[in-house]
Amino acid sequence: MLDIQKIRADFPILKREVRLGIPLVYLDTTATSQKPMSVIQAMDDFYMNYNANIHRGVYSIAEEATTAYERAREKIARFVGVKDPRQLIYTRNTTESINLVAYTWGHKFLHEGDLVIATEMEHHSNLVPWQMLAEEKKLRLEFVPITDRGELNLDEYRKLLELSPKLVTFTHMSNVLGTINPAKEIIRLAHEAGAVALVDAAQSVPHFPVDLIDLDADFAAFSAHKMLGPTGIGILFGKTKLLEAMPPFMGGGDMIAKVQLRGFTTNDLPYKFEAGTSAIAEAIGFGAAIDYLNAVGMVNVAAYEQEIVKYAIPKLVEIPEVKVYGPPAEKKGAVIVFSIEGIHPHDVAQVLDENGIAVRAGHHCAMPLHQKLDLLASTRASFYIYNTKEEVDFLVKGIQKVIDYFK
Amino acid sequence: MDDLYRELIIERYKNPQFKGTLDPHDYSFTDENPLCGDEIRIDLRLGEDQRVKEAAFSGHGCAISQASADLLLESIIGKTLDEVKVLNKQNVLDNLGIELGPVRLKCALLGLKVLKAGVYGLGEATDDLVED
Repeated sequence: MLDIQKIRADFPILKREVRLGIPLVYLDTTATSQKPMSVIQAMDDFYMNYNANIHRGVYSIAEEATTAYERAREKIARFVGVKDPRQLIYTRNTTESINLVAYTWGHKFLHEGDLVIATEMEHHSNLVPWQMLAEEKKLRLEFVPITDRGELNLDEYRKLLELSPKLVTFTHMSNVLGTINPAKEIIRLAHEAGAVALVDAAQSVPHFPVDLIDLDADFAAFSAHKMLGPTGIGILFGKTKLLEAMPPFMGGGDMIAKVQLRGFTTNDLPYKFEAGTSAIAEAIGFGAAIDYLNAVGMVNVAAYEQEIVKYAIPKLVEIPEVKVYGPPAEKKGAVIVFSIEGIHPHDVAQVLDENGIAVRAGHHCAMPLHQKLDLLASTRASFYIYNTKEEVDFLVKGIQKVIDYFK
Repeated sequence: MDDLYRELIIERYKNPQFKGTLDPHDYSFTDENPLCGDEIRIDLRLGEDQRVKEAAFSGHGCAISQASADLLLESIIGKTLDEVKVLNKQNVLDNLGIELGPVRLKCALLGLKVLKAGVYGLGEATDDLVED
């Protein structure tokens, strides 16, 4: 059992009031998580005590900085089951990781007429880069449809695989519906069809144990800021063979081995893809976030979130005006998306904010999914280890106030 | 809550005075706020004196965007198109009588954007139409 009050005490922001006497009820972790003091301190410590550029400095603090930066990479690698940290490339975020694959691997290995399969529940970050590449290279894009329950239709997926795709790119966990997709099976089937598989793990890695080697993912992408870490740092994981065959992404310092006026050779992995000075403090902060999650235990994180969702969904469904979307609690993560009959999500979110409750209203960077659900927009509440059942009760009361107000 | 949703806004949201469509019309324009999918269509009919005689809006949106469009149309009855063209953000905020943050401001200004794009005969409603 997690001691939630002890966890909450580690997060300075949870002590603040949104307005006088109105505490913050933060239910928007799916957009970005809050940060514990240890993460904030790790970054402060870097800037106050050993700020230096990494990799080439021979003085003490440069070595300390380099060590901390690489230690963080090792921690993150272990966290997702990867033994060789050189398979992890620091990027700015999940979006940049996916774009990196599209721009380098996609540019080199995808050709006119090639098929890329994505799903109807993709975040724009795993959709638009492929649309851009498809337009440029005249690729074909197909989408695995979702069922009425908000799960992927795997029969349709199998049919699409008969068209011999070159790439299958999909979200491990939907940022709208919370659906946890059967990544291992999706990847196995993709491989059988001869395709490379990319997993958008932005919502999965923060919320339950993920072993990228066991999944046999070819590429995976996730962001620190959704898992207690800072913004501005994310990861691209790739199989070594693929990463080595890819051309570099951005040119500049650190990504090169040798440079002459009329040519260069690229550095080894992972530096080949890390041009310019990296987000060093952020990488170190990411490492501290991993330490925090390891101390809590990802199995415990997942179990607690299940408990919260199983507590919240029946309470929301009980309200006649509320409609909850997505699969049942046991098949999803701690994301609940809902609509209130006759009330616009902006109005829902605004009135909840008056009560200190931070939820998200809109299409959550998944416009095609909303079109599929026949929704203009929705309201989303998402949870993490620092949320309590009392906060769920508070949300339910808030929704009742919204209904009373607008009806 | 009382600050943002003044009685006037809630009242206009629940009982709009200018909701509907006009057919035929002299001007009609539709556009959306892609952030939230809200969509507003505004139709105008001019009188013989070339002033706005009738106005109507349709579409869907939050309380702020709907009430704002309703109050906007009320304010332009009897105005010439030149007078409509010079309306700006401040006029909308004055109609509503509230302060708005950047996200909700987009909701409030959707009606004005659509109205001005319509009377200017533009292909799309752009943000610079509603700047001061």
